[in-house]
Amino acid sequence: MPEPLLSVRDLKVRFSTDDGVVKAVDGLSFDLPRGRTLGIVGESGSGKSVSSLAILGLHGPEHSEVSGEILFEGENLVGARENTLRKLRGKRISMIFQDPLTSLSPYYTIGEQIAETYRKHTGANRKQAKRRAVEMLAKVGIPRPERRVDDYPHQFSGGMRQRAMIAIALCCDPDLLIADEPTTALDVTVQAQILDLLRELRSEFDTGIILITHDMGVVAQMADEVLVMYAGRCVERGTVREVLKTPQHPYSWGLLSSIPHLTGDVDVPLVPVRGTPPSLIDLPPGCPFQPRCDFSARVPGDRCTTERPSLLPETGHASACHLSTSDKTLIFTDEIRPAAGLTGRP
Amino acid sequence: MLAFLVRRLLGAAVILLIISAVTFLLFFAVPGNEVAALSCGKSCTPPVVAEIRADLGLDHPVWQQYLTYLGGIFAGRAIGDNACHAPCLGYSFVNKQPVWDTVVGRLPVTVSLAIGATVLFLVFGVGLGMLAALRKGKLADKVSMVFALLGGSMQIYVLAPFFLYIFVYSSDLLPRPTYVSFFDSPVDWVKGLLLPWVCLAIIFIALYARLTRSSMVDVLNEDYIRTVRAKGLTTSQVYVKHAFRGAMSPVVTILGLDIASLFAGAIITEQSFGLVGVGQLAVNSVLASDLPMMMGVVLLAATAVVIANIVVDVVYAAIDPRIKVA
Repeated sequence: MPEPLLSVRDLKVRFSTDDGVVKAVDGLSFDLPRGRTLGIVGESGSGKSVSSLAILGLHGPEHSEVSGEILFEGENLVGARENTLRKLRGKRISMIFQDPLTSLSPYYTIGEQIAETYRKHTGANRKQAKRRAVEMLAKVGIPRPERRVDDYPHQFSGGMRQRAMIAIALCCDPDLLIADEPTTALDVTVQAQILDLLRELRSEFDTGIILITHDMGVVAQMADEVLVMYAGRCVERGTVREVLKTPQHPYSWGLLSSIPHLTGDVDVPLVPVRGTPPSLIDLPPGCPFQPRCDFSARVPGDRCTTERPSLLPETGHASACHLSTSDKTLIFTDEIRPAAGLTGRP
Repeated sequence: MLAFLVRRLLGAAVILLIISAVTFLLFFAVPGNEVAALSCGKSCTPPVVAEIRADLGLDHPVWQQYLTYLGGIFAGRAIGDNACHAPCLGYSFVNKQPVWDTVVGRLPVTVSLAIGATVLFLVFGVGLGMLAALRKGKLADKVSMVFALLGGSMQIYVLAPFFLYIFVYSSDLLPRPTYVSFFDSPVDWVKGLLLPWVCLAIIFIALYARLTRSSMVDVLNEDYIRTVRAKGLTTSQVYVKHAFRGAMSPVVTILGLDIASLFAGAIITEQSFGLVGVGQLAVNSVLASDLPMMMGVVLLAATAVVIANIVVDVVYAAIDPRIKVA
């Protein structure tokens, strides 16, 4: 079995603040094989963006502490020299961000921004870089690329700006693309176009993608594997089929149940996950989801409040919950699925 | 851009017109400014006063006086027996010379003072600010800001004698501050003005250092800086190519206004160092109630500020492509 493209082991990211140490990521582990797409889902504050910034080493060392292992093609990026990381950024590992308007420099044209990355990593001259910029703009579906290459970001629409960001990210043919909520700032029709674009580019460039989102629909369309994050930890991991069709963690049940239905009675109230995410400074000793969980009573004793559940089993469809596997399957089939109106065979 | 410039220049003309009208009214039409009496000074007798009144047209209605004054600026006019060539800002009550000639004669000193001080405070002020921003929270940052605070708390009339004592009178390191034309001897030009430049610059450095620092810190928190880092650029490329450009907008605004006020005359500096510039002219003309001279200096200052504003707007548009100069 070939080595995975990216292998994260027990990643921890801590920020020191005036109020205490924030454990933004508290032991995250996953593998990403070449050419596959991993969706990371979670609420705001679950640690999804923080972990992706940690992969590229973009956290300023003054306030943050990153520990664990991030193996990219066998090389550990945690604690790597800045020089090493810089050679990877934009070239082997690229990142696109949520808001393309504020994420692009307003002072340089789109063409200049693409060319800048290209020239940095390939040493090409201006003409070659500009040609590459036009080529990339055409690939991401921007009409009249030879004209638009000299436009500034504020002259582009939201969807086109995001396409331009993708062009910048892919211009050096990276092996891994980290997309941090790439469609959140866009409206739904544009969102669909961007996802289509990512799918096309994925097959053309054979890029591995980490897709961070809070939108289950995006995960369903794009991802091969899914990681559900909560309070800085992974609470469920599996293929997209496994996690979306037969979820095994109360948090995942809550996420799926809260999705509004297209059919049925409009007056049925939405079912959110009750409660609020925990403080990342004072995490409880047991399961971090326990205060919001409706099923902790079904676990014998007080394991849920005293013992932190591990992500089990080691491979395959795993969840971090003290409920037994049979309990999880039963609860989902008998209680969650009918109530949430989730149809279709598992 | 051309349309913008034309519009702004027209606007500037209107503003200057208004300023000249207001100033004119303040000086010549406010009762208590017995113009004629002021003009003739000590040798005042009724016939002399009457003659002055006729020369200056003080018996005419105010609006007519103003129009004559304006006309004089564009086409020159006759005041009494003397021809006052354009632009005619009147004759000084004190030295009986055309105001324009006197002011223009003092300009090189003030302009030299302004240029030198500006170069110094820009280089060191912005430099210090950048250093503080890049080493935010560390010793270099704190030390820079303390220096800046000290500098900003200084007063020129305190620094000037102090510097003069150390560098000129007790040590001969520098000559007494004096103006030597750049075209006569660049070296002496620098030596003669170095002390006033440094004194003036110290005060401004404080402002520019703090401004640059906070502006840089703001820009460094922007999303696009994170994107630029994620593209693999080196730290200096991030700072110089991207962060600096964004941080300069506020600095440019303040710079425009500061240069304008420096061109209008660094009054206290000139007095403290005995430099014969427009600032000193302003002070003396106020003390002597030399109305035409005061008006001339005010108009000069207003023009400097108006033009500086236009230049700042143009530079803005050059820095930030989002700003349409339409």
